[in-house]
Amino acid sequence: MADLTRIYDVLVIGGGNAALCAAVTAREAGASVLLLESAPKPFRGGNSRHTRNFRGMHQAPTKVLTGSYLEDEYWDDLRRVTGGITDEPLARMTIRVSAEMTPWMEACGVRFQPALSGTLSLSRTNAFFLGGGKALLNAYYATAERLGVDILYDAEVTNLHVDDGFVRSAEFNHRGFPASVTARCVVAAAGGFQANLDWMRQYWGDAVDNFVIRGTPYAKGRVLKTLLDQGVAPIGDPTQFHAVALDARSPQFDGGISTRLDSVPFSVVLNRDGVRFYDEGEDVWPKRYAIWGRLIAQQPGQIAYSICDAKAYSLFMPSVYPAIKADSLAELAHKLGLDVGTVERTVAEYNAAVQPGRFDSTGLDECRTEGLTPPKTHWARRIEEAPFYGYPLRPGITFTYLGVKVNENARMLMADGRPSANLFASGEIMAGNILGRGYLAGFGMTIGTVFGRIAGREAARAARN
Amino acid sequence: MADLPLPSEAMADARHNMEICNACRYCEGFCAVFPAMQLKREFSDGDLNYLANLCHGCQGCFYACQYAPPHPWGINVPQAFAALRVESYAEHAWPRPMAKLFERNGTAVSLLTALAVALVLLLAGSLQSPDVMLRAHSGPGAFFAVISYQAMVWSASAVFLFALLAMAMSTTAFWRASGGGTITAKALAHALHDSMTLRNLGGGGDGCNYPGEGFSHQRRWLHHAMAYGFLLCFAATSVATLYHHGLGLVAPYDLLSLPVLLGTVGGILMLIGTAGLLWLKVLADPAPAARAVLGGEYAMLILLAGVAKTGLLLLAFRATPAMGWLLALHLGFVLALFLALPYSKFIHGLFRTAALVRSHQER
Ligand SMILES: Cc1cc2nc3c(=O)[nH]c(=O)nc-3n(C[C@H](O)[C@H](O)[C@H](O)COP(=O)(O)OP(=O)(O)OC[C@H]3O[C@@H](n4cnc5c(N)ncnc54)[C@H](O)[C@@H]3O)c2cc1C
Ligand code: SF4
Ligand code: SF4
Repeated sequence: MADLTRIYDVLVIGGGNAALCAAVTAREAGASVLLLESAPKPFRGGNSRHTRNFRGMHQAPTKVLTGSYLEDEYWDDLRRVTGGITDEPLARMTIRVSAEMTPWMEACGVRFQPALSGTLSLSRTNAFFLGGGKALLNAYYATAERLGVDILYDAEVTNLHVDDGFVRSAEFNHRGFPASVTARCVVAAAGGFQANLDWMRQYWGDAVDNFVIRGTPYAKGRVLKTLLDQGVAPIGDPTQFHAVALDARSPQFDGGISTRLDSVPFSVVLNRDGVRFYDEGEDVWPKRYAIWGRLIAQQPGQIAYSICDAKAYSLFMPSVYPAIKADSLAELAHKLGLDVGTVERTVAEYNAAVQPGRFDSTGLDECRTEGLTPPKTHWARRIEEAPFYGYPLRPGITFTYLGVKVNENARMLMADGRPSANLFASGEIMAGNILGRGYLAGFGMTIGTVFGRIAGREAARAARN
Repeated sequence: MADLPLPSEAMADARHNMEICNACRYCEGFCAVFPAMQLKREFSDGDLNYLANLCHGCQGCFYACQYAPPHPWGINVPQAFAALRVESYAEHAWPRPMAKLFERNGTAVSLLTALAVALVLLLAGSLQSPDVMLRAHSGPGAFFAVISYQAMVWSASAVFLFALLAMAMSTTAFWRASGGGTITAKALAHALHDSMTLRNLGGGGDGCNYPGEGFSHQRRWLHHAMAYGFLLCFAATSVATLYHHGLGLVAPYDLLSLPVLLGTVGGILMLIGTAGLLWLKVLADPAPAARAVLGGEYAMLILLAGVAKTGLLLLAFRATPAMGWLLALHLGFVLALFLALPYSKFIHGLFRTAALVRSHQER
C-alpha cells in the first residue's frame, strides 16, 4: 500500500515500459519505490501497451532473434533514419546495452515469440513480444507488485518542486483529489506530449483537430513541461512528431496499431481536391510509411484518399474498417465525398501515364509512370478493374520529439550543462537525445528499456548516498 | 423445424472481433486461431464457426488485448467465441428439434439426469420386489438381481448408439458448414495430437490465463484427468462387455480385475478433474467468460462428476444393501450422460478436433 507520509527512495512518474523498467530495477536494488501512473488501471501502460517489438543487438542467433545484428550495422541504421540528429556515444551505448536486455526481460515474465515465427521480415533485428506490449506490461506490473513497488493509478503528476536542479517533492491529482509525495530521487518516464492538443496547436494551429493520436490519451506532457519550466535542458525539435497515415475513421485516441493502412504503394492517393500530391511508389512501404503522416498533415483539411482497384485489393494487410467499395470510379468518388469529374480526370491521366513492366508486390519493381507529376515510380498499374476501393486517410501521431536532455547515467542535465542531483529520465521523454528525427522500428522500446534500467539503478544508488 | 434467427448477435460480435484482430495480429503466437484467421480477408459465417471452435478459451488474447473493455472496441475473443460455439452446437445438432435443448442448456441437462435417474429407479423398483432393493447381493450376477442384464444392456446400448449417431451427424454437418473439404491423414494425425495433448492450452509454454490473469497449467492437467479418466471408464465398460460375452465371466468382478482397476483409476481421475475444473470455474475471472454458456458448462461437469462418484460409491458399497440403489443411481447418471452427449458442451471435443483438422489442412 502506498504511504504518502513516508519519504520514498525513488518516485517513478509514468506507467509505460520505461517507468516499469526503472521501478523494477530500483526495487531490485533495494530502494523503496512509488510509481504514479496517470491512467486508470485498465488503460495503464501509455503508448507501450500498443507496441509489439524490441530492437536488439546480437552477435549470434538467439531464441528470439535470427542471424546477427552487430553494433556498427545497428548504428548505421540509426544514423540513416535520424539524418545524423543523434548523439553517437549515447546511441552506441544504448545499442550495446540492448544486447543484454532480453534475459532480464524474460526473468520479469516477458515472453517472446520464437524467432522466425513472426509474419514480418523483422525477425533478425526485432524480438516480438508474445501477445504484444500489453502482455509485456502485465508481466512487468506483476513483477513490480511481487517485489513490493507501491503503485497508484489515476495519479497524474501536475508539478515537481525543483530547486537548483534538486527535486524535493511532487504534486499530483489522485482520482481527482490533490496529493503530494516526497522522494529522494525522481525518475520521469511520462512519455511525450502528443495527446496535449493545446500544446500541439501552438505549432500546428487548428490542423491538430484533424490529427489522430495513435496511442494513449494520457501523454499530456505535464511532467515534461514542469521540468523544462524549471531549468532542465530541452532536447529535440518541439514542432516535430512521428506520424503515419491511418484510417480517418479511427478513434481520436488509442486506436493503436490496427488503424494503420498499408494500401498506399498499391493505390493512388488524392487530396481533398481530388489530385495527387506525392509519389506513392517511392520506396518499399516499411521505408516510407512514416512520411505519409506528415504529407497528409500538410494537405488541405489534413485528409487524403487512397484509391485502388480489384487487382490491388488483396496485396496489403486487411484494414480495421472495411474499404469503401463501388462498381465505378464515379460512384467511389461520390461515396468518398470527392468531386467526381476531378477524380475521373486524375485517374485517367494517371492510367494514361502507366508504363508496361514487370510487377512485383514484394520489392521495387518496373511498374512506373512516364510524364506525370508527381510520378509514381513503382507498383504503378492502371486502376480499371471493378470493384474499386477507397480509404480516407488522416495523419496519426505516434510521439513527439521534444524531451529533456540526459547523460549516459540517465541523469537530467540542466540548461547550464550541470547534471541534476536527483532527477533522472527514461523512455519517450528523453528519446530525443538519441532519436532526434525519424524512427527505427522497435527502437522506442529499446531506449525505454535500456534507460529505464539505467535510471532505476542510478536513482537507487543516488538515494542511498 | 424452426431455424435459428440469423445472423445472430454472437455471430456479429465474433465478426467484429476477428476484423479488428486481423488488422492487429499481435496475438499470432498464442494459438491456432490467429494463423488460421490470417488466411482470410473477409469472414463468412462458416469461417467464424470454424474459428470459434478452434479457440480453446485459454484467455491469453483477452489479457493481452489493448482493445479489451473498457476500450470502446471492447475486444473479447474468448467471450465472443464461447457464445458463438454454443450457437454452433445448437445449429448443427441432430436431429434439429433437439437444438431447442441448447437454449436452456444447463436446465435441460439437469432435467435429463433427473428423468433418467427416476426412470431407472422406477424400473428397478417395479421390476423387483422392494425387498430385492434392500438386501445385500453377492457373487456373479449380483447386479443383475437388481436390474436385469437385458434391461441394462438394451437401454444403455440403445442410448449410446443413438448418441454416437447424433454426434457423427452433427460433427459432419459442422464440418461441411464450416467449409472443410476432404480430410487428409496427415492433418487428422496432427489434429488428434493437438486435441489429445491440448497443445493450444499451452499458451506457448507457460499455460493458459485461467482462472485469472496469471499463467497456469492447472486447467490443462485437470482437463486431461477428466478426459482420460472418462476414457479409462469407457475402457472398463468395454472390457467388461468382452468378459461377459467373450469369456462368459459375469460381473461383479474382482477388485484387482482389469475392468475394476480401469474403472477405479478412471473414476478417481474423473472426480479430480471435474472437481478441480468446477473449483476453477468458481474462482474464474468473469470478464472473459460468456455468461450464457456457464450454466451448460456447470451442468456438464456436475453430470460427469456424478457418473464418477456414483461409480466409485457403487464399488465401495457393492457388498451392502445400498448396492441396489447405488446401481440404479449410477446407471441413471450414465444414461443421462449418454443422452446429453450430442446436445451439450460435450460435443466440443469433436467440433474442436474437426476445426483443428481444417487448420492443419490449410497450413
Ligand atoms: C501504435 C504504436 C505502436 C508502436 N509500436 C512500437 C513497437 O513495436 N516497438 C517500439 O519500440 N516502439 C513502438 N512504439 C513507440 C513506443 O510506444 C514508445 O517508444 C514507448 O512506448 C515509449 O515508452 P514510455 O514508457 O517512455 O512512454 P509511454 O509508454 O507512453 O508511457 C508514458 C506513461 O506516462 C504516464 N503519464 C503521462 N503523464 C503523466 C503524469 N503527468 N503523471 C503520471 N503519469 C503520467 C502515461 O499514462 C503513461 O503510462 C509504438 C507506438 C505506437 C503509438
Ligand atoms: S485480441 Fe486484441 S491484441 Fe490480440 S490480435 Fe486481437 S485485437 Fe490484437
Ligand atoms: S482465448 Fe486462447 S485459444 Fe482462444 S483465441 Fe484467444 S488465445 Fe486463442
